[in-house]
Amino acid sequence: MHKLYTFLKYTFITLWTVFIVAPFLWAISTSFKDFQSVNSKVTYIPWLDFEPTLEGWRVLVKSPARGGVDIVEPYFNSIFVTCTASLISIILGTLAAYALSRFTFKAGFVRNNDITFFFISQRIMPPIVLSIPFFIFLSTIGLLDSLLGLVVVYIVLLMPIAVWIMVDFFNRVPKELDETALIDGCNPYQAFYKVVLPNSIPGLIVAGMFCIIFGWIDFFFAFILTFTEVQLLPVKVVALNSSITPWWSLSASALISVAPLIIVAFVVERYLSKGNLSGALK
Amino acid sequence: MNFKHKFVFLFPGLFVLIGILIFPIIFTIRLSLSGWNSYTPEMNFIGITNYIRLFTDDPRFWESFFRLSFLSVTTVILQYVIGFALALMVWREIKFKRFFRVIFLIPMMTTPVIMTVIWRTFFHESLGPVNDLLGNIGIKPILWLSDPVIAKFTVIIVEVWQWTPFMFLLLLAGLLSLPKEPFLAAAIDGASPFRKFVYVTFPLMAPISIGAIIIRLIEASKIMDTVFVLTSGGPGTATETSSFYIYIKGLREFQMGYAATLSFTYLVIMIISLTIIAKVLTKLMIKE
Repeated sequence: MHKLYTFLKYTFITLWTVFIVAPFLWAISTSFKDFQSVNSKVTYIPWLDFEPTLEGWRVLVKSPARGGVDIVEPYFNSIFVTCTASLISIILGTLAAYALSRFTFKAGFVRNNDITFFFISQRIMPPIVLSIPFFIFLSTIGLLDSLLGLVVVYIVLLMPIAVWIMVDFFNRVPKELDETALIDGCNPYQAFYKVVLPNSIPGLIVAGMFCIIFGWIDFFFAFILTFTEVQLLPVKVVALNSSITPWWSLSASALISVAPLIIVAFVVERYLSKGNLSGALK
Repeated sequence: MNFKHKFVFLFPGLFVLIGILIFPIIFTIRLSLSGWNSYTPEMNFIGITNYIRLFTDDPRFWESFFRLSFLSVTTVILQYVIGFALALMVWREIKFKRFFRVIFLIPMMTTPVIMTVIWRTFFHESLGPVNDLLGNIGIKPILWLSDPVIAKFTVIIVEVWQWTPFMFLLLLAGLLSLPKEPFLAAAIDGASPFRKFVYVTFPLMAPISIGAIIIRLIEASKIMDTVFVLTSGGPGTATETSSFYIYIKGLREFQMGYAATLSFTYLVIMIISLTIIAKVLTKLMIKE
């Protein structure tokens, strides 16, 4: 009975691992192919099935004028928008989360929980609902197709995540900590800045990672609110997909676009195994 | 503590969020009462004409809405079952625990649209590896993307691949935070692994499960990226979800007024149905 269970467990884990890794392996293999090895028949293993070439990867660094795929600028655009929006969301979200965790708010029937819910519920908003008014709004103030316009929109996407994680986190930081600091003569801002914040680094890192993930993977807003001046990475890759870009450079650019965040998986796992994440996500 | 400081902490975030959101929402409501389209791009007032059209003469929207419900409920159930199973498997000591945990997390870190670009080549009907491998064991090519029924399952496969890790992460974090005592008590009583799961683990995980399912349902209700790249809503309208239909009406056909009507109705339905689902789940899973 126990042996059977162990066997089934490892079979399931192995199958799932294969399922997760399969598209990556396929993309890696495809990125080294040429016309012949993509279009004649399905090939898998380099050298065995086909002769690998570096053409798919070389295209990434060439200028568009010479038949290259300009992926460098979208890359930096994506990094800029994600980081700026995450930073602003974390700062504003952490402050708000601290207030919601430590003080009592009362305005009519509105209580702390309702305000927290208001923040978090913004995730319910389907992007399409916001995109049409944002489209008109940003074009009126001339921020359509600009990085700044995207940052503004991304704050709506990311601040709820920061508030969600930080409220839970602050709820578990003992209140005595700030009370001691206040008795020692700090004002509330010093107590927050000098005592609570240094003790919240794990929470901040988790919140930061989630903001970066959800900022980096967004496609829809970037797709609707930018055209030619500014392109983010996902939009660029999808544009390649709909033009007649060959599979090898498509795979190479897709791989290079998803690579940086895979590091985040290692960081998340580290926090998970150390037990820091358990409370932060509950 | 005194009165003033708390507002200094809360207000910047609150007002930035309200400031960014208040205009779009009011604007959407106003726009939904207008006939703004590519011929008359102006904010005229046509009353509830758009709403009448939506409720009497637009089966395509309702079809897309039911399709969305089907897709999101199916994917979330699959993600919950698989994610819970995976979390249970790497919860306690197993070989290469940390390696598997990292692997299981990776898909959620990758951009859905970009991975879908790869999935499209993966499921390509003549040049993709899936049909080729199936062909080797004598199965005829499957029309992954051009058969109206199978295309839905292809979308489900991709969504499950993409988002099971998120469910896995939330549930594993929950499992790791459970108190030890109930498990010790069950071990002393000599409970079998199955009974332990039914009577100890699952009830303890119920609140976390509800949270995770609702978070995923909220995110799944926005399915759009995957569909957009994988099938563009096709074949025909077989995989068209509400968001995608609103996108076509609003930003392709430029019927802004009508699209705003759709958006607003959609938002209201989403809020109501998610609240009901949350209530029902809480009742079902926490009995005592």
